[in-house]
Amino acid sequence: MANLISLVEMTPSMKGIVVEIEGGYGMIRKLDALGIREGVEIRKISSQLMRGPVMVEVERTQVGIGFGMASRILVEIK
Amino acid sequence: MPKILLMGNPNVGKSVVFSRLTGVNVIISNYPGTTVEFTKGSIQIKGSRYDVIDVPGTYTLEPLSKAEEVAVKMLDEGDIIINIIDATHIERSLNLTLQLLKKRKPITVALNLWDETKHTGIEIDVDRLEKILGIDCIPTCAITGEGIKKLVEKIKDAKISNYNYEDKERWHEIGNITKEIQVVGHRHHTIIERIGDASVNPILGLPIAAIILYLTFKIIRFIGESLIGYVFEPLFENLWAPVMLKLSALLGSSGFIHDILIGRIVEGEIDFVESLGLLTTGLFVPIAMVLPYVFAFYLVLSFLEDSGYLPRLAILIDNLMHRLGLHGLAIIPMILGLGCNVPGALSTRIMETKKQRFICATLMAIAVPCMAQIAMIVGLVGKYGSNALLAVFGTLFIVWIILGILINKFSAGISPEIFVEIPPYRLPYLIGLSKKVWMRLVWFIKEAVPYVLLGVLIVNILYSLDIIDFLGRVAEPIISGVFGLRKETVVALVIGFLRKDVAVGMLAPLSLTLKELIIASVILAMYFPCVATFAVLVKELGIKDMLKSALIMVISTFLVAGILNVVLGLFL
Repeated sequence: MANLISLVEMTPSMKGIVVEIEGGYGMIRKLDALGIREGVEIRKISSQLMRGPVMVEVERTQVGIGFGMASRILVEIK
Repeated sequence: MPKILLMGNPNVGKSVVFSRLTGVNVIISNYPGTTVEFTKGSIQIKGSRYDVIDVPGTYTLEPLSKAEEVAVKMLDEGDIIINIIDATHIERSLNLTLQLLKKRKPITVALNLWDETKHTGIEIDVDRLEKILGIDCIPTCAITGEGIKKLVEKIKDAKISNYNYEDKERWHEIGNITKEIQVVGHRHHTIIERIGDASVNPILGLPIAAIILYLTFKIIRFIGESLIGYVFEPLFENLWAPVMLKLSALLGSSGFIHDILIGRIVEGEIDFVESLGLLTTGLFVPIAMVLPYVFAFYLVLSFLEDSGYLPRLAILIDNLMHRLGLHGLAIIPMILGLGCNVPGALSTRIMETKKQRFICATLMAIAVPCMAQIAMIVGLVGKYGSNALLAVFGTLFIVWIILGILINKFSAGISPEIFVEIPPYRLPYLIGLSKKVWMRLVWFIKEAVPYVLLGVLIVNILYSLDIIDFLGRVAEPIISGVFGLRKETVVALVIGFLRKDVAVGMLAPLSLTLKELIIASVILAMYFPCVATFAVLVKELGIKDMLKSALIMVISTFLVAGILNVVLGLFL
């Protein structure tokens, strides 16, 4: 299995493909509405200090995601 | 009248298209039974009138929020749909589009932000898209107006699509369509994007935010004071005062009607703040003292909103907000509360859980003074210098933080994490922005002026009937003992239930010391919301939570005022 890390472990500018979302129905639907789902390419923009939110870009859309949620989105690094 | 619905994701320029289609007569309403707002206007096409409704932005017809539920309900009541799409994010927008097609209503697609596709190297085969979906697709750039005319021409003949697909295959369909119609050229990271990334950088972001907030306050202060000093005060003093003096003479310089309309005249001159007449204080306070700041505030706020900065600010302060039991987006009700606590209270709806809404609403009502109050405090306390103002607003800020931490500790319930789309930075569309500011100004004047007039009238009556004196003597142990204020200050506390700006104004004729002014200002901001905010809070929180909230307000006011009394006594 290739490199599989969560959004919080990615460094800014890193790109990858979303492989798994460890969450319930509600979380998956929330993410889906903004285009974050399995198979899409995602780029990390930034983290905030001290377990703050993570900013990512999917399909030229930028999204801010809380630390806990972001740590449950698993990405395969290119 | 047939209804045209503007539907689409948030942040695709729906409101700009809306303002292009409709005229000046536009109203903001709530969907019945909710606090979800929508804007309604009308348009005339070839002799027929249509209602145009800017439906709350939604990503999907499977609703995840109250706003989306409302959008779905409104869909059933609409006749023609204009689906506004961000042409630079077709793939995501198509999710809603395909769902809308299945509703089998007349629909036309507006490919908005068309100019940006050129900037970002995206090419879209519009004819192909029209053939696939079976409806008209019109490239538009609402900001410049391009394509709007064609959109209007085609609305009447909007087609119903036959497009069919399996719901679970929807994303596949979207992927296929996108591949067929879109070609994305390679783009370099532009300067604007670099600045955009810097503004959320963990190291640079907070200093940048601090600078922006500082500039915000400076600009608001500058615009407010300039309008007051160069426009409104001269207007009142040079044009209105003579008229009032003439009227005063006509009414015989005294008597009931005279005192109600013009108030007390001191040494042949009118003091607009202290006279307490309906036509003097009643007009001066809202128009010359408060309106300039309200205008300045909403001008700057609208700019901040439309530029796209606020969600980024939410990300930066999300950490701090979690200490208070909230998340980053809670900054929005707080900022709105600075304008007026009523929209501040309404916007607590963006918080997902009951606990968060409770904390957000309570903190806002206690520690965030509205612009009407702020303007009056600046007017009365400002002359003692920035340190005095810092004492008032600094105290409120500290209360906000400490109270937030405390309430969070003692509440049960979860505080979910932040999850929000960050729109690209945009230069606000000036015409749309002006309309927004205008609507908010008109709303303020309609809401504030009648209540201020009522407040001034009530104070007048209370004074003439010696009720103020009676209440003062009854409450003296608390007002003097704990707060360190003269018993006459009770008039401000009574009126504060109705309007906070009039309440602060009531402090002026009392010749208070600086210490008393500071304590009184803080108390007025904290002790209880004005009646308008109270009504909204009861609806939002429910009676039980409202009582809890009120208890917190009263207790913290006692403590803070008591502490201020002692601490300030050491310095002043």
